[in-house]
Amino acid sequence: MVTDASVLMDPRPAAPSSATASEDKPAVRLPTVTAPADAATGGASTPVSETLIDIDHLDFFYGATQALHDISLQIEGRKVTAFIGPSGCGKSTLLRCLNRMNDLIDGTRVARGAIKIRGIDINRPDVDVIELRKRVGMVFQKSNPFPKSIYENITYGLRLQGLRDRVRLDAIVEKALRGAALWDEVKDRLHTSGLGLSGGQQQRLCIARAIAVEPEIILMDEPCSALDPVATAKVEELIQELRTRFTIVIVTHNMQQAARCSDRTAFFYMGKLIEYADTRNIFTNPANPQTEAYVSGRFG
Amino acid sequence: MSASATHLFQTQPTLARRSEVAVFWLFRGATYFVLFCGALVFLDIFVKGSRTVFQTKAPFVNTTFLTEAPESLYVFEWQGKKMEMGDREFRAFKEHTPAAAQVKAESYVYSAGGIFPCIVGTVLLVVGSMTIALFLGVSAAIYLNEYARDGAFIRFVRLAILNLAGVPSIVFGLFGFGMFVIFFGWNVSLLAGWFTLAFMVLPVVITASEESLKAVPKGFREGSLALGATKWQTIFKNVVPYALPGILTSSILGIARVAGETAPIMFTAAYVVRDKLPWEVDKFSDFFFQGVMALPYHIYVVSSKIPQNEYTERVQYGTAFVFLLIVALIATASIVLRNRLRNRYKW
Repeated sequence: MVTDASVLMDPRPAAPSSATASEDKPAVRLPTVTAPADAATGGASTPVSETLIDIDHLDFFYGATQALHDISLQIEGRKVTAFIGPSGCGKSTLLRCLNRMNDLIDGTRVARGAIKIRGIDINRPDVDVIELRKRVGMVFQKSNPFPKSIYENITYGLRLQGLRDRVRLDAIVEKALRGAALWDEVKDRLHTSGLGLSGGQQQRLCIARAIAVEPEIILMDEPCSALDPVATAKVEELIQELRTRFTIVIVTHNMQQAARCSDRTAFFYMGKLIEYADTRNIFTNPANPQTEAYVSGRFG
Repeated sequence: MSASATHLFQTQPTLARRSEVAVFWLFRGATYFVLFCGALVFLDIFVKGSRTVFQTKAPFVNTTFLTEAPESLYVFEWQGKKMEMGDREFRAFKEHTPAAAQVKAESYVYSAGGIFPCIVGTVLLVVGSMTIALFLGVSAAIYLNEYARDGAFIRFVRLAILNLAGVPSIVFGLFGFGMFVIFFGWNVSLLAGWFTLAFMVLPVVITASEESLKAVPKGFREGSLALGATKWQTIFKNVVPYALPGILTSSILGIARVAGETAPIMFTAAYVVRDKLPWEVDKFSDFFFQGVMALPYHIYVVSSKIPQNEYTERVQYGTAFVFLLIVALIATASIVLRNRLRNRYKW
């Protein structure tokens, strides 16, 4: 836990308190820092669900407009958590708060409350947002493979971290593509453009790109909204495989999707968290009448 | 018969129908007129210029014109024949044939020899000033588009850039003269010319670079940042490469302008005549502080600074022809480069 904290906060690679991290080169640091996380959650053997992301009374503004009102929820590690709700309810905004992508938009601010990942407030001034984003990956609504080869897409994040070793890169590319269930489809054309793939393949390439840097958390912002049902089924299947290795937070418009692939579901409406419970409960026995109305399709 | 002549969808000779035809021919006429004028200019230069640049004997290209420096032309009568000789040739001729020592020859400055130093000078001016303009312009565009937050100051900067684009080139020349030649003490030099020309095309380069950067989808930036890239890594690896084709397109226009403008280099970089070629310098630093001959300035000199006659016309059109050819050559090179980049990063 201490190792994790110092790495997340310290912008420089060789954190003095972390013996394991300072021995390794920056490029190979990531697997090392995720190791304690494995130990903490007990790997796959012990299903201890601990809170990984703790959102505590969060108020968030776009300029003068308040987008999130007093959001409090705890997201557990190695689980799939779905955010659902009608358009403009703040679910994507909250998701983008988790890796501070909202920093890119002028005039956004967290007015009150905190988001803690492994106990560290990610909006603290000494948090290096680069380190944060290495550990909290993201898949976007519109698939955005870079106009480079499939291989270059996957290795993009690793090269940034200074990894140049061809053999290791090759191995990671294969692992990431297998992890994203894309290997068999693209193994013969790794060096052709990622934009030559179909829509569903592109989105899985983006997932492969995200998992190649071994994040702990993967945020998915409506990853299937532009995909046909067959491609959607593949991505959902993939999410089921990824849940054993990553903590996944998924925003979706599609309630069936949330029902099919998430463990926990949070329902948002007008910037407020209405209900947060096990997915089964949300869809079969919601506590709040608004939730009930939404999941049964009476509004939204 | 009358029933078949007026059916339900019979063409009506209304005003709207007739003006349709008129408008079509107005636009088509305007387009053809522009084409005609352009063709006229090019043909004129081509026909008159090719007489100087090409010849009927092998190697069919007037190599003297392309590889020699300008010299005076001597025209005289010798044994009933009209002779035309360049300066050096004429002197050699007089040495070898003592009888010709006293021959009366009419001399015409710059009408013999070639324009090699001008070609070299123009290429140097274009390469140097475009390098400076691209570096400064792309840097400024990256700052404006990627880093700066929109505010009153940035809007003012953009307005200033737009206004800069409207400044006449002679004013840039005057500015370069006052700033680089006098104040910085660079004298009439390549360096002063480079910066003056660079400043002149900067607005074009900045504006076009900014547009190209804007055209790169936001998703590429977000995707890169979400993988833990810093802002500069994102810009350098995942934004600028995709904007480069667009930036190069604009710089092609810049090249034509930089190569073609006479006014900015008149006071800052151009010599009427210079014996030494630019690389004939004592030490490396002298390279930057020497004036050069340049094609547009040479055209200006031979068409307005010396007495006009049939011999100067040859030089004028020959130079203009070579000048167009060189601009086309540099532009083609940039287009090829751009297309290669475009094929590499297609989205």
